[in-house]
Amino acid sequence: MKHQYIARSPMVAARELGGEMVIMSGVDSTLFDLNEVATAIWKAADGATPLSEIVEQKVCAAYDVAPGVAAEDVEGFVRDMARHGILLVSDEPILEGQRTL
Amino acid sequence: MERLEAIRDYGVTIEIGGMPIRLCTDDSAYLSRLQDRFAGFISPSRPRELKLEIDLVLPGRSDSEEQVQVRNHGGRWTIERSDFQAGLDLGSRRGWVRQPAHPYATDSVLRILHSMVLAREGGFLLHSASALRNGRSFFFFGSSGAGKSTILSLAPPDVTLLTDEISYLRKQGDNYVAYGTPFTGELGRAGDNAFAPVAALYHLVQGSENRIEPMAPAEALRELLECVLFFAEDSELMKQIFHSACELVSRVPVQQLVFLPDARVWELIT
Repeated sequence: MKHQYIARSPMVAARELGGEMVIMSGVDSTLFDLNEVATAIWKAADGATPLSEIVEQKVCAAYDVAPGVAAEDVEGFVRDMARHGILLVSDEPILEGQRTL
Repeated sequence: MERLEAIRDYGVTIEIGGMPIRLCTDDSAYLSRLQDRFAGFISPSRPRELKLEIDLVLPGRSDSEEQVQVRNHGGRWTIERSDFQAGLDLGSRRGWVRQPAHPYATDSVLRILHSMVLAREGGFLLHSASALRNGRSFFFFGSSGAGKSTILSLAPPDVTLLTDEISYLRKQGDNYVAYGTPFTGELGRAGDNAFAPVAALYHLVQGSENRIEPMAPAEALRELLECVLFFAEDSELMKQIFHSACELVSRVPVQQLVFLPDARVWELIT
């Protein structure tokens, strides 16, 4: 099975405030609030760790959720964030210099 | 050449938020209108002031709904709206404005310039009312109709109006300072040319009693960002404003002020 990699877009600004992650798109100023699980995925999106590993380590290991359900939920979240230009998604590791929309 | 420039320099220096901007025009009648419009914010000419040459043109098509376009071309900014065009080089601190002889256009240019300069320094213009009391300043922000003008109209005599429309917030070291502005809203009265450290920002909500409620930092940030005035299509500056707003929320109390249209609300604001 082919790995997928995710990286935080350089076009966004993010800050954790009062335990809540708030992200603003630098493109259209849209604001996003991430819950605890989404924040863990966001922080783990280093472009080098396969998404399947992130699901395993940050979701399945920390929450009582079946691996199949977790993978499906995370993929949906990643698709959504990628659609808004918040996350970058690739079949290859995403190096620092390659992070453009 | 210096002498020649001095002779040609018919202008007035408007100082808002400690930032002097000299507006120059050959039209003495328009200069006089500017002096009236910005009375209270006129200062002597300063060596490091930003200088704008105003070129008056006949009024053309004007669309009040049209968004202003602010673009950065490698350090040179252009500002365009149907009723005016302007250009500014922040490096040389020189710019120009082409506009009809109406202070509203000059007023808009000033707001935009201040928003751009403040953004680079960790501050911003906020669509909010602000006032000074006991040597400290208070901001009142919220959606349209939340009561920004109302709360100021209920203020006791010891309260100084900074603005009922556009608040000026500047970062100075680790502190925030609010300045009065001549930008008017419903009250139609310019703010006082005064400044004071920021004590609190209140998100206004009308209710059945007067009380102050805490706001979660992320919620405070969201509400605050809704009220930040920023016009430039520049993602780096947008990100900077986001981080500046986060800093502000972390350092200054941002709370919800539930209030009746009743002067007793000022018992909570001291």
